[in-house]
Amino acid sequence: MIAPHLPALIVVVPLVAGLVALFLGRGHLPWLLTLLVTWAVFALSATLLGRVLVAGAPPVEYAMGSWPAPWGIVYRVDAVNAFVLTIVSGIAAVCAVFARLSVAAEIPAERWRFFYSAWLLCLTGLLGITITGDAFNLYVLLEIASLSTYTLVALGVQKDRRALTAAFRYLILGTVGATFLLLGIGHLYMKTGTLNMVDLADRLAGLQSDRVVLTAFALIVTGLGLKVALFPLHMWLPNAYTYAPSVVTAFLAATATKVGAYMTFRFLFTVFGLRVTFDFLSADVFLIGFSCLAILVASVLAIRQNNIKRLLAYSSVAQIGYIMLGLGLHNHASVTGAVVHVFNHAVMKGGLFLALGAVVYRLGGATIGELRGLGRRMPLTAAAIVVGGMGLVGVPATAGFISKWYLVAGCLHGDAWPLAVVILVGSILALLYVWRVVEALYFAVPENPSLPVREAPLALLVPTWVLIGASLYFGLHATFTVATAKAAAVALGVGE
Amino acid sequence: MGITIYVLTFALLLIGIYAVVAKKNVVKIIVGVLVIDYAVNLFLVLVGYRTGGGAPILAEGQPVTEFARTAVDPLPQAMVLTSIVIGLGITALMVAMAIRLWENYRTFDMNEIRRLRG
Repeated sequence: MIAPHLPALIVVVPLVAGLVALFLGRGHLPWLLTLLVTWAVFALSATLLGRVLVAGAPPVEYAMGSWPAPWGIVYRVDAVNAFVLTIVSGIAAVCAVFARLSVAAEIPAERWRFFYSAWLLCLTGLLGITITGDAFNLYVLLEIASLSTYTLVALGVQKDRRALTAAFRYLILGTVGATFLLLGIGHLYMKTGTLNMVDLADRLAGLQSDRVVLTAFALIVTGLGLKVALFPLHMWLPNAYTYAPSVVTAFLAATATKVGAYMTFRFLFTVFGLRVTFDFLSADVFLIGFSCLAILVASVLAIRQNNIKRLLAYSSVAQIGYIMLGLGLHNHASVTGAVVHVFNHAVMKGGLFLALGAVVYRLGGATIGELRGLGRRMPLTAAAIVVGGMGLVGVPATAGFISKWYLVAGCLHGDAWPLAVVILVGSILALLYVWRVVEALYFAVPENPSLPVREAPLALLVPTWVLIGASLYFGLHATFTVATAKAAAVALGVGE
Repeated sequence: MGITIYVLTFALLLIGIYAVVAKKNVVKIIVGVLVIDYAVNLFLVLVGYRTGGGAPILAEGQPVTEFARTAVDPLPQAMVLTSIVIGLGITALMVAMAIRLWENYRTFDMNEIRRLRG
C-alpha cells in the first residue's frame, strides 16, 4: 500500500510531524519525533534511490491527487534528485542524533518544540524542492524551507544577539532572491503557458534566442545565485552560519546550499536545456568566472578568520565555487565531479561543523583561541576536525580528492587547463586555512590550562565520526558515489 | 493598455529594490520587500490578463475553442493567491524579527546596530 505513494510520503511525513511537534510539550518528545521522522525519511529516500538506480529504469513519477502531468503537480525522481534526497535526509538523520545535547545546551527548554518544528518544516521544504517536477511548486517549497531556516538561524540569539541581525539580513536577501525566482518562473509561464518542468523543457527546446526567455534566465539565475551563495551573492552566508545554533549550522551547510545547487542544475540543464543555456546564452562564461572568483577570494578570506565557524563558512563559499565550476564546464567528467562534490562536501562540512558543535558544547565557543591545545584535551574531536580539514584540501584517500580528481579531469577534457590551476591554487589556500586550525589544535598551549576540559560525550562524538568516517570511506571506496554521480550526469543530459 | 503597465510594474520593482539596497532603517527595508512582492504579484496577474476577457467559467453550450479565445487565464491568479499568502508569512516573520531587534538594540538603524555589535 505504501510503495506507490513513496515519493509523496517523503514530503508529507515531515510536514505533518512539523505541526505535531508543536503539541508535544516542553520535554524531549519533540526531539524523539524528529529523530524517528528523519530516519524514516532517510529509509524512504534510500529505497527510492535504489529503485531509480536500477539500470534502464525510467524516472519515478507521482501525480499529486492523481492529476495527470501537465495540469497537476507531479513529483519526478531521477538519479539526480534521488541522490540529493538521500544526502539531505541522511544528513538530517545524523544531525538529529547530535541535536539533543547540543540544542539543550544552546536553546532554552521552552523553545525546544519550536526549534524542532521549524527544523522539520525546513526539511520538508528542502526535500520538496528536490523532489518536485513543477516550477511554481518549487517556489512554494523554497519559501517553506527559507522561512523556517531564518527562524532556525534567529534561534541562536540566546548565545549571541548578533544571530538576529544575521537572520534578518538573510531574510531580506533570501526573500528578494526567491522573488526574483518567482518573477523568472512568471516569465517562463508567459512564454510557454506551462509550469511542469518536463513540459517547459520541451517547449523551450524548440525556441530560438528570445528576449522573454533571456529575461527569465537572468532572473532565475540571480535568484538561485542568492540561494546557493554563489560569489558575489554570498554576503548573507558567513554571518548566518557563524551565529546560528551549532547543529543548525551543520545541517544548513550540508544541505541548504546543496539543494540550491540542485535547483541550479535542474533549471540550467533540464528546464532551459544545454542548448539554450550554453549555446544561446553562453552561461558558462559567467558561471566559470564567478566560480573561480569564489574559489580564490573566499579561500583567501577564510585564512584571515579567527572564528572557526566563520572560517568554515567562507570555505563553504569556496566549495560551492567548485560545484558551480563543474556545472559551468558542462562536460561529463566535470558534471560528475560537481554532483559527487555535492555529496562529498555535505559529509565533510557536516562532520566538521558537528565537531565544532562538540567544541562549543564543552567550551562555549569556537574561536582559534578556544581551539588552542585541544588536541590533547579532546583528542577524538580534534582528530575529526583534522580529517575533515584534509578532505577540504583534497588529500588523497579523502572524499574531497575524488571530487577534485573529476573536476580537474573535466577541466582538461574541456581544454581549460588554467581552470585546473585555479583548482590547485584553491587546494593550496585550503591547506593554509586548515593548517591554522591544526596548528592551534596540536602545537599551541591552551589559553587557561587549569580549566578542566573533557572529551565530548558519545552522543556528540558518534554522529560527528559517522560523517567524518563517511568522508574517509567514500574517499577510499568511491565506486558507489561516482557511479551514482555518473548516472546523475547522464540524467542531466551530459553523457560520456 | 500595451506596454505602459509593464513598465510601471517594473518601476515599482525598482523602487522596492532601491529601498532594500539603499535604506538603513529596518522598517523601510521591510516596506521595500513588500513593494517588491506587490510588483511581482501585479506582474503575475498581468500575465494572465486579457483585454475584454471574460471569467474563466465554461458556460453551457459554449464551444471550448471560443472559451479558450475569450477567457482570462486563471492559473496566474491561483499563483498570485499562493504568493500573497507566502507574502503574509514573510511579512509576519520580518515584523517579528524587527520587534526582537528593537528589544535587543533599542534602535531600527542598521548602521547603529552594526556599531553596537556583541
